[in-house]
Amino acid sequence: MWATPKVASKGSSGRGRLPTSWVGRGPSASSLFPVLLAALVAVPLVPVVLSLATPTPKVWAHLWATILPERIRNTLLLVLGVGVGTLSLGTSLAWLVVAYRFPGHAIFEWSLLLPLAMPSYVLGYVYMAMLDYAGTIQSILRGWLGPGFSFPVRTGFWAILVLTLALYPYVYILARTAFCELPGSLFDAARVLGYGRLEVLLRLVIPLARPSLVAGTALALMEALTDFAVVRFFNFPTLSEGILRVWHGMMNREVAVEIAGVLLLFALGLLLLERRLRGRARFFQSRGRAPGIQPLPLRGWKGVAAAVLCGIVLLSAFGLPVAQLGLWALGDLVRMTSFDWAWYGTLARNSLLVASGASILTTLMALTLAYGSRHGGSGPDHLNPITRGAVRLATLGYAVPGSVVAVGALFALSRLDHWLNSWLETGFGVTVGLLFTGTVVGLLYAYGVRFLAVAYGSVDSSFEKLKPQLVEAARTLGASPRRVLVQVQLPLIAPGFLAGLLLVFLDVMKELPITLMLRPFGFETLSVWIYQMISESMWSETALPALTLVTTGLLPVIILMRLNR
Amino acid sequence: MRSMTVKILMVAILAPWLALSFGDGIISEAAAQDDRGVVNVYSARHYGHMEPVFQRFMEETGIEVRFTFGKDAELRERIKAEGKFTLADVYIGVDAGNLWVAAQEGILQPIQSGIVVQNIPEQFRDPEGKWIGLTLRIRTIVYHPDRVDPAELSTYEALADPRWRGKLCLRPAINVYTQSLVASLIAAHGVQKAGEIVRGWVRNTLPENFIDSDTRIAQMIAAGGCNVGIISHYYLVRLISKDPNFPVRLFWANQGEGERGVHANISGVGLVKYARNVENAITLIEWLTQETGQRLFADGNFEYPANPYVEPHPLVKSFGTPRIDPIPVWRYGELQAEAIELLNRVGYP
Repeated sequence: MWATPKVASKGSSGRGRLPTSWVGRGPSASSLFPVLLAALVAVPLVPVVLSLATPTPKVWAHLWATILPERIRNTLLLVLGVGVGTLSLGTSLAWLVVAYRFPGHAIFEWSLLLPLAMPSYVLGYVYMAMLDYAGTIQSILRGWLGPGFSFPVRTGFWAILVLTLALYPYVYILARTAFCELPGSLFDAARVLGYGRLEVLLRLVIPLARPSLVAGTALALMEALTDFAVVRFFNFPTLSEGILRVWHGMMNREVAVEIAGVLLLFALGLLLLERRLRGRARFFQSRGRAPGIQPLPLRGWKGVAAAVLCGIVLLSAFGLPVAQLGLWALGDLVRMTSFDWAWYGTLARNSLLVASGASILTTLMALTLAYGSRHGGSGPDHLNPITRGAVRLATLGYAVPGSVVAVGALFALSRLDHWLNSWLETGFGVTVGLLFTGTVVGLLYAYGVRFLAVAYGSVDSSFEKLKPQLVEAARTLGASPRRVLVQVQLPLIAPGFLAGLLLVFLDVMKELPITLMLRPFGFETLSVWIYQMISESMWSETALPALTLVTTGLLPVIILMRLNR
Repeated sequence: MRSMTVKILMVAILAPWLALSFGDGIISEAAAQDDRGVVNVYSARHYGHMEPVFQRFMEETGIEVRFTFGKDAELRERIKAEGKFTLADVYIGVDAGNLWVAAQEGILQPIQSGIVVQNIPEQFRDPEGKWIGLTLRIRTIVYHPDRVDPAELSTYEALADPRWRGKLCLRPAINVYTQSLVASLIAAHGVQKAGEIVRGWVRNTLPENFIDSDTRIAQMIAAGGCNVGIISHYYLVRLISKDPNFPVRLFWANQGEGERGVHANISGVGLVKYARNVENAITLIEWLTQETGQRLFADGNFEYPANPYVEPHPLVKSFGTPRIDPIPVWRYGELQAEAIELLNRVGYP
């Protein structure tokens, strides 16, 4: 894994300095490495795919007759609701901050990303604690409206709402980047031709930014599909809840993996839809250093309305939950006689360690795959079908619940461990213990398997927007593929690379099932700490670690947002 | 030139990072073979309740306890996959079903100790001695005294009566305590009758009132969202310990003449098959079944000590000592899959 950066450039350096054909066709040495890398990442997912071929009929008959139809229906509703919700919210907020100027604009531009630092499971229980019958809000309302007043919150609607609030930033960040990359001249031309701003948005901007919008929505949907916490808080059982019910309840891991296979089919359906939606038309980034869209200042009530809209979203997805956590934490600190700062420091350090390591490695892997699957060129005409297929398989990890990825990685790596040890023992008479599953290596590997799609989506859509002529021109002028990569392509895809890095970093910070299962003995992180408080319903005690997690995530959000400008 | 800078940067970032992380891994591997006296614990039990216990154990015996936390099913998978290289000497699980599965999956070995057999009643032990219960968590009925007359309450079964329509709060089926409670109903009545009882519960519980947190169920009853619920006793004791005026009361179920008694689940400990510190592990397990260990282990979470000669925490004791269903707890494990199937069939959320 550590060799990734070196090989990333080596992958395309096999040809001579004066190439006769700078865009190869068919499999070649340059595409072998990405294929191997993709295969490596796909290993833990193989049991999931294979399990579909060997269903356990007896249990399936029972599940079909009982819990499965409801879970499939709920899963479809969740995908629909969260899809529409994140797409419309993320896109409209991004357009607002890119194309207009209004009070608070400069703050909203970056702070709308803050909900990324908030784990959805924290958002879920904070909302539950505020909103349900025994919660603050309904208690106050009952005080005004009489004891008979109540409204249900353990419903699909609230589950979808909470997940939308937690996940819209995935669309927002990619949409904003895409809108910023659009050339202002194009926009102005359309305006001169008599189109209104809204018309230009719908007929020009959104179609142009479609790959990014669809990629962002797909990420949000995969997160929603594999969510196991929010749907449980809100009694909205989906297939991923079914997996846990069968695995932990019926103690039947085989069938649980088979359900994960069904979930994977859902994800495949979504991916096919994504390809359809991206369409056959391709659009290339041509802005370069040219100015972007000229923002329009909003005056009077319009400016206020825009600020209020952004404010409401930011408040409900971030402000209120943080305030509630802050209240809990204060109450806790007052009660406590001593506070173990050192311990929180260790937790934060460990979280940062795995998150930074995993994000760098995963994004470099994504770069290698995206580059490799395009034959080092860019644009749709240069896709390499074999690498492309391998990449599709490797990026499925995002559609598999973390606990299933963790088990798959555990199986694969522990075999490797045992094999290595028995080989060393027979050959040299020594054993080294669990080099993979006993150290962070296993953890990083599993994060890579799970989150490769996040980084890949972001890096690849940047590659896709590069004009193929750019590469061709540079190659014609005699630049080596490596030089083209370093001096032409990398600077142009840098925003996408950084966005991928940021998303994986935050995903790993918040990640729970893989961390719980594969972390080295005694290696605790913030998310693990939060989980064990939640599992004991000690909600107020989760506040301190949750706030530490959120603030630790803030710094990277802000830094990368500035870099991304 | 530029790619050189990138490489140097990469090394600068990755090197200390790798050193740190591998360091951690290697240190923990070394810990497994430390002969100064350690015992490594994989625990599904909450941290806060264990640190003081292990601290005291180290003071008394000089053996250091190192532990990590996880979910039962995942911890078992990990012990299984790690095989003979596992660091785990001891597995602490919650719910008898989980410990039973661990024994079934062959990741435990018999605890060779007369002290343990003496201290822990047979009902709370594995027939093959591979795990034992340490503390009891009693799942029983709670109610709001202003809205429910305790004379109206009697058994778990009676909560299926239509008089409780819309007034009951329950934990969803995905929770292991619900599964074990239903397993005990199956053991007492058979699948058919147990199914009717659970169906009655579901009819009496609004969708909003299936709440995946015992604490929240108690708070819900306090706020007036429902009148009765079934929760594990220590969640209520915990709430009362923080607020003595918390307006929810405990009712010991199935205590009448001819009734089987209240449903008790355990948290317990198993000896891992490939334990490298077996002697230390047995010392720890024995210590946990004796006065000091039992007190610390149970009191931190307001549970009942499994050793009948050890008194519970004063606050727990104030609720009285109920008569417990005499069923051997390992049967919850045996019946768990059946319980889930039943829950699935009757449409329990």
